[in-house]
Amino acid sequence: MKKIVFILIVLITLGIQAQTSEELGLQIAKAAEQADLGFNSSTVNLKMTLKNKNGQTSERSLTTKTLELTDDGDKSLIVFNSPKDVKGTSTLTFTHKVGSDDQWLFLPSIKRVKRISSNNKSGPFVGSEFAYEDLSSQEVEKYTYKFIEEKGSLVVVEQDPVDPKSGYTRRLVTYNKDKGYRFEKVEFYDRKNALLKTLIYSNYKIYKNKFWRAATFTMKNHQSNKETILEFSDYNFDIDLSEEDFTQVALKRIGS
Amino acid sequence: MNQKIIFNGIILILFLSFNSLNAQDEEKKSNQDFELEIEAEYRYFYDDAAFNNQKQHFPSIAFTPEYSLNWNKGYEALNFTGFFRLDVDDERTHWDIRELYYQKAKNNWELNIGLKKVYWGVTESNHLVDIINQTDAVESFDGEDKLGQPMVQFTYTTNKIGSFDFFYLPYHRKRTFSGEKGRLRFPLVIDKDDLTYESAAEEWRQDVAFRWKHYFGAFDVGLTHFYGNGREPLFTFDQLGNINAFYPVINQTGLDLQITHNAFLWKLESIYRSAKAQDFFAMVAGLEFTFSNIDGNGLDIGLLGEYLYDERDELALNALQNDVFFGSRIAFNDTQDTSILIGGISDLESSSKIFSIEASRRFGSSWTAEVEARVFSNIDFNELILSNFREDSFLRFSISKYF
Repeated sequence: MKKIVFILIVLITLGIQAQTSEELGLQIAKAAEQADLGFNSSTVNLKMTLKNKNGQTSERSLTTKTLELTDDGDKSLIVFNSPKDVKGTSTLTFTHKVGSDDQWLFLPSIKRVKRISSNNKSGPFVGSEFAYEDLSSQEVEKYTYKFIEEKGSLVVVEQDPVDPKSGYTRRLVTYNKDKGYRFEKVEFYDRKNALLKTLIYSNYKIYKNKFWRAATFTMKNHQSNKETILEFSDYNFDIDLSEEDFTQVALKRIGS
Repeated sequence: MNQKIIFNGIILILFLSFNSLNAQDEEKKSNQDFELEIEAEYRYFYDDAAFNNQKQHFPSIAFTPEYSLNWNKGYEALNFTGFFRLDVDDERTHWDIRELYYQKAKNNWELNIGLKKVYWGVTESNHLVDIINQTDAVESFDGEDKLGQPMVQFTYTTNKIGSFDFFYLPYHRKRTFSGEKGRLRFPLVIDKDDLTYESAAEEWRQDVAFRWKHYFGAFDVGLTHFYGNGREPLFTFDQLGNINAFYPVINQTGLDLQITHNAFLWKLESIYRSAKAQDFFAMVAGLEFTFSNIDGNGLDIGLLGEYLYDERDELALNALQNDVFFGSRIAFNDTQDTSILIGGISDLESSSKIFSIEASRRFGSSWTAEVEARVFSNIDFNELILSNFREDSFLRFSISKYF
């Protein structure tokens, strides 16, 4: 009898889990989105260090401006400050919750603004281990979800990209539910479902008593043994940017 | 360019900048930045010269200093880019103020006063719509180097119907042609000062231009109009074979359109230019398709195809009257930003072809190297303009250091 009860409990638990792991995953993703709502706009400086498998490094520095939108995805402006030969090269991205993003590139040498395809999601961003899709705005609608496990305050959710052009079959995201559902770690599985990269978030700081931002992102590629480290500094949440700071005119201005 | 206007212009811009810098004491936090590029270049024309006194080897050095100062949270700025090149060809030895302007942005408008560069257009093989700046014709063959244009530019951006640019262009700058020792010239050396104007006001004709630019969904569209001294000189030939060259007063309406759909970019540029001596239509239409991240390592290969038409036929200065362009852009997306652009333009009515390859790569953090080749192949003797360049295929190497 005890055995039957036990089996029943196990079955029911499994049943509930099978029914709700998608819902639970989505719920966590939404909770994370909710926790980060209301930052309006921010700017941050970013130092990117690229390490090849022999340990040789090269650096670039950028400034990113972000404008939070609730009815659609965020808008962002990225400008390169170094290497000096690409200084002023800038991108303007309008993220969309559904469908492909709109993106423009400014080339400072000839002052040209060029609309570019956002098709290349899986390609590396300026030779780094970050793909374009790793750096774009994290909208809930871009993935489907599956709750995996909970260990203390850490929650692991599998995220499957909706877009078939993504370079991944799935990502395993570790959230910290006690710290505003901030990301602690992301593991990326390639199209063959082999572990490709691990991204670790560290040196977290809280801004405005609400917004957790990691000062360091460490992305390790397990297949190529290359590594990219992003170091964020001078976060500013009081900049009060508006839509007018995210236009093609503003793109030219920031790159000049 | 006239020394006096440069001087007066500089005074005006500095006055505006510092006046406004002082007025903004509470927002005084300013950022400044200085950068210098020094480029060593060597061009080698491997065919024997077509005309007397033309050289084959062209070592050269160029300096590009840049200074920028911004304040008021970046909404006000002073930007400067200078340029100086020393070359074997006396005409290619030249200096220019590429940019020196004061900029102020507020909410949905932006004002620029000074010498500035403005680019319009979407296509790769020819830049028809782009007309604000005079081409620095001795600097490069592709016409992408420009001289600084004195202007007042006012931009108004709307939420729903795009942005509107208004330009007041008080001074025209003449195009420089290769000197006696230089390649890519006509049998007769053209001195830029010999070219005259249709307008009695000459270079001081007060010109205007307008641009509307908008995007909706996959479409990026621009409509432009320019009224003033043309940037391209008009060559007319009398019955005795004398060349008369001058800058006509033109009205030019331009359209540029790009549709960005997945990995496809569909592009169109067209212009209609009217002057007393000449009315014509010209266009470029084509597409760009990119196979991205082919090897999973970031290798992108883009394919380009464009058709070029110019109603001027053989009088078209750039000789692109009924041609097709094919090209490929290869970007390795590596840490050195290695990229290669290969292209060929073929005349559909004759044997004339121009091939080109441009490759660039960074070394360390502050060096870049470039290789370029342009090959004029089977140029038809009947090509009025291009036939002069049939012996002017060249290789170019350059190394730049950034400080």
